[in-house]
Amino acid sequence: MLKQYSFEKTAVQSFDAQTTLALKTEDLQVFYGANHAMHDANLGFPKNQITALIGASGSGKSTYLRSLNRMNDGIATVTGKIWYHGVNINEPNVNIYEIRKHIGMVFQRPNPFSKSIRENIVYALKANGMKSKADLDERVETSLRGAALWDEVKDTLDKSALSLSGGQQQRLCIARSIAMAPDVLLLDEPCSALDPISTVKVEETLLELQKQYTIIIVTHNMQQAARVSSQCAFFHLGHVMEYTSTGTMFSNPQIPVTQDYIAGSFG
Amino acid sequence: MNAKQRDRVATVIIDLIVAAVVGILLFLLVYILSAGLPHVSWKFITGASDPMSGAGGIGVQLFNSFYLLVLTMLISIPISLGAGIYLAEYAKDNWRTSLIRSAIEVLSSLPSVVVGLFGFLLFVVKFKMGFSVISGAVALTFFNLPLLTRNIEESLSAVSRSQREAGLSLGLSKWKTEIGIILPVALPGIVTGVVLSAGRVFGEAAALIYTAGQSAPVTNFSDWNPMDPASPLNPMRPAETLAVHIWKINTEGMAENAAQLSAAASAILILAVLLFNLGARLLGNFLYRRVTASK
Ligand SMILES: Nc1ncnc2c1ncn2[C@@H]1O[C@H](COP(=O)(O)OP(=O)(O)OP(=O)(O)O)[C@@H](O)[C@H]1O
Ligand SMILES: [Mg+2]
Repeated sequence: MLKQYSFEKTAVQSFDAQTTLALKTEDLQVFYGANHAMHDANLGFPKNQITALIGASGSGKSTYLRSLNRMNDGIATVTGKIWYHGVNINEPNVNIYEIRKHIGMVFQRPNPFSKSIRENIVYALKANGMKSKADLDERVETSLRGAALWDEVKDTLDKSALSLSGGQQQRLCIARSIAMAPDVLLLDEPCSALDPISTVKVEETLLELQKQYTIIIVTHNMQQAARVSSQCAFFHLGHVMEYTSTGTMFSNPQIPVTQDYIAGSFG
Repeated sequence: MNAKQRDRVATVIIDLIVAAVVGILLFLLVYILSAGLPHVSWKFITGASDPMSGAGGIGVQLFNSFYLLVLTMLISIPISLGAGIYLAEYAKDNWRTSLIRSAIEVLSSLPSVVVGLFGFLLFVVKFKMGFSVISGAVALTFFNLPLLTRNIEESLSAVSRSQREAGLSLGLSKWKTEIGIILPVALPGIVTGVVLSAGRVFGEAAALIYTAGQSAPVTNFSDWNPMDPASPLNPMRPAETLAVHIWKINTEGMAENAAQLSAAASAILILAVLLFNLGARLLGNFLYRRVTASK
């Protein structure tokens, strides 16, 4: 028997004016047709920090994340505001292609292009008009180093990306995203298809990357959330129930639903 | 019977079916080639045929077949590529799209004689294009479009959604994602479709009798200016193809060795189709390796 929790009692932190937020949503709602999948999400994401989104399956984490770079366009109706550099990017006239260059995304299943490792990284750069071979080569190296993959692939850049292991493919996808020089990186359960060793590698990569990027990561793995994130948001049935620093979330959750979820005595 | 035995029986049955299919195919091939090849000579392959009796060589007809094939593909591949991409990627799932899909299905089930007569009335007569390579190519395009479009749409749709999301999440436009990322992955399937439809086009007679015509005027193979009436590349000249030639020898040919002639021409037709398939596959594999960096 699933326990009923009140959606009235939430504990969502907001930030003072001193904290620089890279991204912020205001009353974000998502509808899949008649299915109201996300209610009034008000979350701010401090710059150069990692924020984890946790919650049970179907609670709306991916739905929320995909709205942030407008990947839900054409799939769902998203209302409310998404503030990015003082602009509400949830407006119809916003150039979504431009937005996605600034807000990169890595998916649950590694999805490298069926091209060479190098081409995976330079394809979108070339499409954006970067021509010089030297510039492209430099991007390939810095982004692969950033994703902690360079040493493993530097001699096989022209081999097919599909010949890499799952963990390497996922780091290639991270490299492909950061090659676009985004500000914000969205990751939807990036380690769920990976073995523990690859997972550790990706986590180390993220901790390194937060110096340059603001990272929002969806994860099912609470240890992972505890290891990498500074802020943590808990989702339940399409509602953001609690949002606080990761330390508080795991040591001293404020409301019953979070307490039960963290304690593993959910439902 | 346990699972293992059942598995073995099923495997044997499947093997038998495959053997039957391959057997029939081999029998046809061997039969046609052994009946035809003894009568094939270099002179036969390159020589001109007598316009009245149909005796003599098949050089012009062979060239016509290839020229018509190339022209048809030049017209139909871009159109079906556009239509396939539209259906796979842009078309909304509504009544208009399903109407388009059923129209394509109906078009693909038209008998080729009907397509030929339609081409005759519209292009040859109404548009005054005459019996010509171009009339034939346009008629064959009608015949070709539905299958190619369907094939391209299916090949594109079979590529995983996650590839599209990857492209879009990097800020690539839908179009760029489709052309640069999805199309290369779908290439092998598309090449198969092109090869299959090319085989059909190469062997088609009924749709061409009334459009490309039944005469193969002597052409001057040293004149490659498409504007000259005698040039083999002139798209406005009548162009009997090999398949039409075979049909003609057998129905109204007056050559005394008609049986040998048609057997030999059939053998060449089969060989040409095989060669074309092989070539298209090699080209397709080469392109695929180039764009995907796979082995
Ligand atoms: N493309 C879609 N079309 C319709 N409904 C969807 C779609 N994607 C998600 N939903 C619905 O939205 C709700 C939230 O799903 P979502 O995928 O965001 O959950 P999640 O928290 O990411 O779950 P998981 O941990 O399993 O990935 C679910 O009820 C789901 O059925
Ligand atoms: Mg999800």
